[in-house]
Amino acid sequence: MVNVVPYPEARPFWEGVAQGELRLQRCQDCGRAVFYPRALCPYCHGDRLGWFVASGSGTVYSYTTVHRGFGEFAGQAPYSLAVIDLDEGPRMLSRIVGDVTVSIDARVQVEIARFGDHNSMALPYFRVLRA
Amino acid sequence: MSTSRRAAIVGVAESDTGATPHLSVMSQQAKAAKAALDEAGLRMSDVDALLTAGSWAWGPSVSLAEYLGIRPDYLDSTNIGGSSFEAHVGHAAAAIEAGLIDVALITYGSTQRSDPFNNGLVEAADVMSRQFEEPYGVPLPIAAYALAANRYFHQYGVTSAQMAEVAVSARQWAGLNPNAYNREPITVDDVLASPMICEPLRKLDCCLVTDGGGAVVIAAEDRWTDVATHPITVLGHGEAITHSSIANMPDFTVTGAAQSGPKAMMMAGVQHADFDVVEVYDSFTITVLLTLESLGFCKPGEAGDFVARGRIAPGGEFPLNTNGGGLSYTHPGMYGIFLLIEATRQLRHDFADPLRQVAGAELALVHGTGGMLSSASTVILGRS
Ligand SMILES: [Zn+2]
Repeated sequence: MVNVVPYPEARPFWEGVAQGELRLQRCQDCGRAVFYPRALCPYCHGDRLGWFVASGSGTVYSYTTVHRGFGEFAGQAPYSLAVIDLDEGPRMLSRIVGDVTVSIDARVQVEIARFGDHNSMALPYFRVLRA
Repeated sequence: MSTSRRAAIVGVAESDTGATPHLSVMSQQAKAAKAALDEAGLRMSDVDALLTAGSWAWGPSVSLAEYLGIRPDYLDSTNIGGSSFEAHVGHAAAAIEAGLIDVALITYGSTQRSDPFNNGLVEAADVMSRQFEEPYGVPLPIAAYALAANRYFHQYGVTSAQMAEVAVSARQWAGLNPNAYNREPITVDDVLASPMICEPLRKLDCCLVTDGGGAVVIAAEDRWTDVATHPITVLGHGEAITHSSIANMPDFTVTGAAQSGPKAMMMAGVQHADFDVVEVYDSFTITVLLTLESLGFCKPGEAGDFVARGRIAPGGEFPLNTNGGGLSYTHPGMYGIFLLIEATRQLRHDFADPLRQVAGAELALVHGTGGMLSSASTVILGRS
């Protein structure tokens, strides 16, 4: 069972996931989108960060297919993990779901879903779009 | 560093490595420390600085000082992963230069193979990792290195077979090291036939899981006349951090070695062609390729060719990881201290076997990599 206890500055992110949205922060000073959620912008160190709903679209920067999972994930292998360059700028690690094989530079779209047993919380996964 | 008070490694030792169910994480370090001090002809009471890293205590240097029965007045438990011990050399050298200390003891110990639940190697993930990595089932650290390897392959067309040469050469060096955990020769085909763990990394691309401990004693130049060994001078050092979690690595093909390496080499006043022997952290085969490129020994994308044709194997033109490395000698969770031990012995010309000993070695580069390719620390050591 996957469960996440949000840290305070990440609560809007997880509230968004619960509502089917991928929310990111945007720095009011330099305008850059920020992930993961923080109290200071990591680019200009401004402290005025607001929230917006991201497109959920991105491009795969790299991926790996896990053949030996650990712990509760052992039975799920093989599965693919990817690091995704979101269209808004930030990079995010997630799991690839769906039938289309992942590759570097593949376009992906967020899919907020439950994975594993029914007690697991919803997470932002990504589906590979057909070229 | 020529005008300042110099520091040198005057003693090195391992405790037992491999599987050591008779040792604790503390006795690992105590035994290695005693052996390293004995070799130098120094006593525990000479130690005025203690540096160690681990997750087996809230303050490892505090716990170990008590266990050893010493009261050093300079303590450092800095833990930046497997590169911690190269960083400790830099910290000790700076403290010696500043006149704060005379004799520093750096130690490491781990019982991760025999007692995985009580060696404290694996710390709780940080809050960021718990929220944005763990829920997806990310086997760390291997998944991070696999993600870097796939990106590197994609960008430069380097292949698994080229990368496997790192493991094959390491095993050849291990064959010359009686203390190495795995010594029987392997081929590129063996590496490629080993089970896939996390694409593109296979079992033989991964470091060992062993127990082990080590110690390094560093002394200020005013003490060199007291010591029984040939002092190996710390000529330069550099540290860098590029990220913590893999998704936040700016470029998956460039490590912090691109910063720490030039910094250390500039301090030492040396060039790439000057090195006789190089010891770099080989947590995975990919780590070696990325490190060689980031240090500037070859251009981006050329490391596959650089390690080919036995160039890094015994008798090759670029002696690398001459004890068999973390891939074949030992890897007790954090390996950095063993790089320093091996480089020191090479520069002292300790080995009788002419294949094991790099002939006339005068200058060595030691490079640690920690975390998820996160931290980097370079040390330049010289015989004279
Ligand atoms: Zn900003």
